[in-house]
Amino acid sequence: MTCLPNRGGKKLGLVIDLDTCVGCQACVTACKEWNAGGHMAPLTDIDPYGGHADGVWFNRVHSYEHITEMGGRTVNFPRSCLHCETPACVTVCPTGASYKRASDGIVLIDEDKCIGCKLCSWACPYGAREFDTDVGVMKKCTLCVDRIYNDNLAEGDRVPACVAACPTSARHFGDLGDPQSPVSQLVAERGGVDLMPELGYRPTNKYLPPRAHTQRAASVAAPALEPVRAEGDFLGWVDRMLSS
Amino acid sequence: MHPAFSVVFFTTATGAGYGLLALLGVLGPLGFIAPDFWPGFVGMGLALGLITAGLLSSTGHLGRPERAWRAFSQWRSSWLSREGVASVATFIPAGLFGIGWIFLGRLDGWVAATGVLATVGAMATVCMTGMIYASLKPIAQWHSPYTLPGYLIFSAMSGSVLVNALLQGFALGSTIPLAASVLLTLLGWGWKLATWRYNDQLEIQTNANTATGLAGGTVRSLEWPHTEENYLLKEMGFRIARKHSAKLRRVTQALAFGLPILLLIAAFALPWPFAAVSSALAAIVQFAGMLVERWLFFAEAKHTVMLYYGR
Repeated sequence: MTCLPNRGGKKLGLVIDLDTCVGCQACVTACKEWNAGGHMAPLTDIDPYGGHADGVWFNRVHSYEHITEMGGRTVNFPRSCLHCETPACVTVCPTGASYKRASDGIVLIDEDKCIGCKLCSWACPYGAREFDTDVGVMKKCTLCVDRIYNDNLAEGDRVPACVAACPTSARHFGDLGDPQSPVSQLVAERGGVDLMPELGYRPTNKYLPPRAHTQRAASVAAPALEPVRAEGDFLGWVDRMLSS
Repeated sequence: MHPAFSVVFFTTATGAGYGLLALLGVLGPLGFIAPDFWPGFVGMGLALGLITAGLLSSTGHLGRPERAWRAFSQWRSSWLSREGVASVATFIPAGLFGIGWIFLGRLDGWVAATGVLATVGAMATVCMTGMIYASLKPIAQWHSPYTLPGYLIFSAMSGSVLVNALLQGFALGSTIPLAASVLLTLLGWGWKLATWRYNDQLEIQTNANTATGLAGGTVRSLEWPHTEENYLLKEMGFRIARKHSAKLRRVTQALAFGLPILLLIAAFALPWPFAAVSSALAAIVQFAGMLVERWLFFAEAKHTVMLYYGR
């Protein structure tokens, strides 16, 4: 049913630290690797070795230049499904293929019910859904639902593949519905934000903005060194000797 | 947004078909049209033909058309599902109305009741179509107070021009349907101009800052996550150059509104059968113009996901 469920408090999601993300794309490839055989498999690639590679990815990392009065910096920005509390991608679905789980808030697609009308991808402001032209159905991030509850994995591995892969710990997974959980504490401490809050989708995933510049170091390159004075003292004598 | 031809044709054809059906459903019972075989056969055939062709075309847009029946299930939350339910439900009174008119030769009693029900169903279906687009928050040009009335006005306009052409074709033309089609086309023209004006001055709250959560300053896209076009860029990133947009707006105005009005005014002055030819031409030219209008409706709509790509 595409009506949104009456939900309990559990809101599983990701917290992404834009301060520490280095844009290495490890989360992108780990996601692709796991999910190519996971719940939403296959993650079709069209012409992967040809000149016009195309395919389905759940997670894509952009790079931005953010310039403020404090100076400029590069920000690497992973973009994936935010598992919103009021996801229009679910309510617009005419078939019941799109749904939000009552138990943990994960937004999923039942591939057997999807007719491939693409309306959910139009309703998502974040571009989280990608259409698989080969299978004719919509695909999206599952929050690795087949990892996080998987008893066959060691307990430490029961996190989304992107989180497990991140070498800088820029990705955190947990229950954002519990204010005491480590991820909620992290969001509170670092001032985590919603993306496009004005649209009212109430995303579960939060983004931690880059930390402010410290002012301890110059924000622009230092001016070029003065030329060595050729007259006077010992260094002047060395300079004269070497120049002759 | 990418203007898929199946969807452009679908909304244009069903808009005109439901407009024609809605008008026939009330004009017949009101005694504007006599319950004769041929006007009923051609009129209802055209209305249901346009609707059916449009609905079939819309399934061409689906990745898995064989599962289309599932789309009738989620009417409680989805405007697309409601549109599906309303469109199929409307076939029932419309079919009975057609049978009563064409084969039983009557437009009174229960046939009149089914006609009114068909009118209600047709208007409801057009509203559902409009709401599919009007409810999409990520596309500011669609999530606007102009979208739903626009779909209703253009449906009534196309329908009235078709009714006039039908009546003129059977030498049943009169001043009222002719004048109504001119006035509705003028209304459609005015509404489209107002919509474009509104869209051109739109101040959209959502920008690259709110999209990335990076407050203040400027956010510029340095590098995309992929070097080739992906689904998002193909479906949501469709762009036409500004100069083409201006040209196509002029083409829309000429074909959908200007030329049909001239042809309809000519029909006032011309004797039959020239008035009929002029009226039919007005309907054909307007349909072509509305296809361009609907193409622009998609092509000029901008989705928030493109903010991530710096477009």
